[in-house]
Amino acid sequence: MKRFIGFIKKEFYHIIRDKRSLFILLGMPIVQIILFGFAITNEINNVDIAILDHSKDVTTQEIINKIASSKYFSIKEYIANETEIERSFKKGKIKAVLIFEKDFSKKLTKENNASIQIITDASDPNTANTISNYINSILRNYQQQINKNIHLAYQINPNTKMIFNPELKSVFMFVPGVMTIILMLVSAMMTSISISREKEFGTMEVLLVSPLKPFQVIIGKVVPYILLSIFNATVIVLLSILVFEMPIEGSLLFLVAENILFIITSLSLGILISTVSENQQKAMMISLVTLMLPTIILSGFIFPISSMPWILQAITNIIPAKWFVIILKGIMLKGVGISYLWKETLILIGMTLFFIMLSIKKYKIRLE
Amino acid sequence: MGIKAQNISKSFKNVTALKNISFDVKEGELFGLIGPDGAGKSTLFRILTTLLFADKGNATVAGFDVVEDYKNIRKNVGYMPGRFSLYQDLTVEENLEFYATIFGTTIEENYDLIKEIYIQIEPFKKRRAGKLSGGMKQKLALSCALIHKPKVLFLDEPTTGVDPVSRKEFWEMLKRLQQKGITILVSTPYMDEAELCDRIALIQHGKIMQIDTPQEIINHYPKNIYNISAENMHNLIECLNEYEHNYSVYPFGENVHYTDKRDLFNSQELYDFLQSKNLKDVEINNTIPTIEDVFMELTK
Amino acid sequence: MESQNVIQVQSLTKKFGDFTAVDAISFEVKKGEIFGFLGANGAGKTTAMKMLIGISMPTSGEAIVAGFDVYKNRDNIKRNIGYMSQKFALYDDLTVKENITFFGGIYGLKKNQIKEKTTQLINDLALQEVANKLVGSLPLGWKQKIAFSVALLHNPKIVFLDEPTGGVDPITRRQFWEMIYQTANTGTTIFVTTHYMDEAEYCNRVSIMVNGKIEALDTPKKLKEKYNATNMNDVFLKLARSPSLTLPKGNGTHTEN
Repeated sequence: MKRFIGFIKKEFYHIIRDKRSLFILLGMPIVQIILFGFAITNEINNVDIAILDHSKDVTTQEIINKIASSKYFSIKEYIANETEIERSFKKGKIKAVLIFEKDFSKKLTKENNASIQIITDASDPNTANTISNYINSILRNYQQQINKNIHLAYQINPNTKMIFNPELKSVFMFVPGVMTIILMLVSAMMTSISISREKEFGTMEVLLVSPLKPFQVIIGKVVPYILLSIFNATVIVLLSILVFEMPIEGSLLFLVAENILFIITSLSLGILISTVSENQQKAMMISLVTLMLPTIILSGFIFPISSMPWILQAITNIIPAKWFVIILKGIMLKGVGISYLWKETLILIGMTLFFIMLSIKKYKIRLE
Repeated sequence: MGIKAQNISKSFKNVTALKNISFDVKEGELFGLIGPDGAGKSTLFRILTTLLFADKGNATVAGFDVVEDYKNIRKNVGYMPGRFSLYQDLTVEENLEFYATIFGTTIEENYDLIKEIYIQIEPFKKRRAGKLSGGMKQKLALSCALIHKPKVLFLDEPTTGVDPVSRKEFWEMLKRLQQKGITILVSTPYMDEAELCDRIALIQHGKIMQIDTPQEIINHYPKNIYNISAENMHNLIECLNEYEHNYSVYPFGENVHYTDKRDLFNSQELYDFLQSKNLKDVEINNTIPTIEDVFMELTK
Repeated sequence: MESQNVIQVQSLTKKFGDFTAVDAISFEVKKGEIFGFLGANGAGKTTAMKMLIGISMPTSGEAIVAGFDVYKNRDNIKRNIGYMSQKFALYDDLTVKENITFFGGIYGLKKNQIKEKTTQLINDLALQEVANKLVGSLPLGWKQKIAFSVALLHNPKIVFLDEPTGGVDPITRRQFWEMIYQTANTGTTIFVTTHYMDEAEYCNRVSIMVNGKIEALDTPKKLKEKYNATNMNDVFLKLARSPSLTLPKGNGTHTEN
């Protein structure tokens, strides 16, 4: 045990002495959360739009007022005819144009059918999509309002309600993703780099020719990064609660437990990578290619898995990050517990055991 | 028993690193493996320190088999690899402390053993190992390898790249360690260090060419060696190379070591030949061969 | 003196903070001379050499190398010297030919010159069979000979060799010195550091640095007479051996090796 503690002490010296890396490790979660929270966002706010109103009657005015009074849109200009639409877009000021057909009010009351055309600037597809959704929802809202007065016998009222993230705050979507990336990075990449550094500098030779048992070396390497990762996870959760007012719906204890599980998954991956890389550079490259990219792209945190081709969808199943993102969203946004997330948790546990077994098998007690 | 190696062979892919190596090191002996880089010294060290499996052959260290009993060997040997395995970002003291704890001991417990070496670097114990000079790193690495009081000490090229003063001090330290009963296997590319060992093995291209005490190895040198000097060294070498009876011509410091093909060598004849080539201050004297002469003869 | 000096150093000094690594050294090296530059680890050899080859700025003092001032004309110095060190000489992952072409290129040789030199070098060293092999796959001794020839590609006035023969077998070491002699005979100056004291005897003149100062400078023969020693190793030990020698000096911000 004394040997083991001595080993961990040494690992902490390494981490503390390398001020630059330590600064990055501790600063990165804060920077990423703030970046994702403020800069990269799916929310829309005061988007400039233009109106082309061919009828200019009471109803269109009511709708326009309703849109203008929402905090999402501000009406930049009224244009007179179709030819101006493109010019207006090209000036780059507006993101959408709303076109009311002729005799809007009359058609609506007489024929029960009037149409509005929404043209959006799809050069930024995400925003375009959101804009059209928001406008649609405002229109539906208006429709319900006027239909209250006219009572129809049979009517289906689609009552769309956004739950779990009613304000569509994108930071809530990103927090689980950022957390996953940071934990993966700190746990897997740093562990693999720190083990391969011993190989690169030849100190591994002396460690091997010592009574230290292989598992002691590995656990000793891992412990400091477990602590560092837990610290990072805490910082991320605190930031999302305090700065972005994100509600943690589920049990905090369960969240901590799942975090520790994922940290161990990542660490075992890191150890596995170190067994196949003989220097730091190689460990870093393998970590980036096999861990970071899939975690960012295939975990469903930026790109929805459901819209991927089936082959990629299949691949996402072997990405631990995918399951962790589901778990995090479940706990943080939906407030569900183990009874709903047992399947994902079990998958992560299975993966972790598999990686640990594999790295124990691959870990060499000799140089070959 | 210190070390016993029998018919050790080892290949990497299609390169043969060691061919049928056999040798014994007695308990308490200072044994030298002498040979240039790439001779297979490090591979042999790694097999004996249980870091590599041999393809063929077997070996014991301190009585333990290198394959079956590797755990006992790891407890009982000290190993200093070719690159000083120090943690550059740890201080002198932290390095030593770390190696002490992983071997389950403390600096205080075995301080006697390392005292003479460590005392020289102790004033700098708060300095990071990466900021030490070559000679100091070497002393620290030796202290680290000794801190658990090993029965057998493996030193792989401990003096490479170290200046002559530090080298001399290092060998004096080894002699003192030997007196404390530690068996030492040391490798070096410096031929002049051979005579400081009790016994040596000359190794080249993965083969041991000769094993004996340095004196015996020199005694068995088959030829008479002559020290030849002249004012212009370069011309002297060229002339000797032209001389039809020459067997070997090797510069040695300010002289040339010369051997003749014939059993009966007439130095006057060579002297006249060199004179005829306008060489000045020619001197020819019989001299004693060195380990380096033997090594060159064996690899010729 | 009848021969011209290619290196002229006057009170050259380099300080790192309050630590003086090189302490007012003065010496000159003649054209075609083999000059041995010895010293213990940490005595200041490498620092002094770095100033002479124009990659480190002196704190004070004068130095003219190959006719150029180390303060003002460092680019010209680099064009007129060759450099080879044990730590780095050639790219292991390039072939022999590719290495020659690359180094020829960075020394500003023209295409046909490179071609000519490549053929000449390969013939001189009898490398026909391995010319297209990776340098990393060659024995150390060959690499060092190729590296030396590559350092001479642009016909430099001076070649700086930093421990060129470390770890090589004794026969190859002597072949290497044969090459050095031949090169010096054609008028190229050789400036060499080594830890092999018998090699020090091959030099025309030897300087020994102790604690940043040049403590001795003469022919090996005269040095041995002066210090009443049988060989250069003894001279070195007598000069450089003091109890504190291998202990580093200064605050540890700069050390050699």
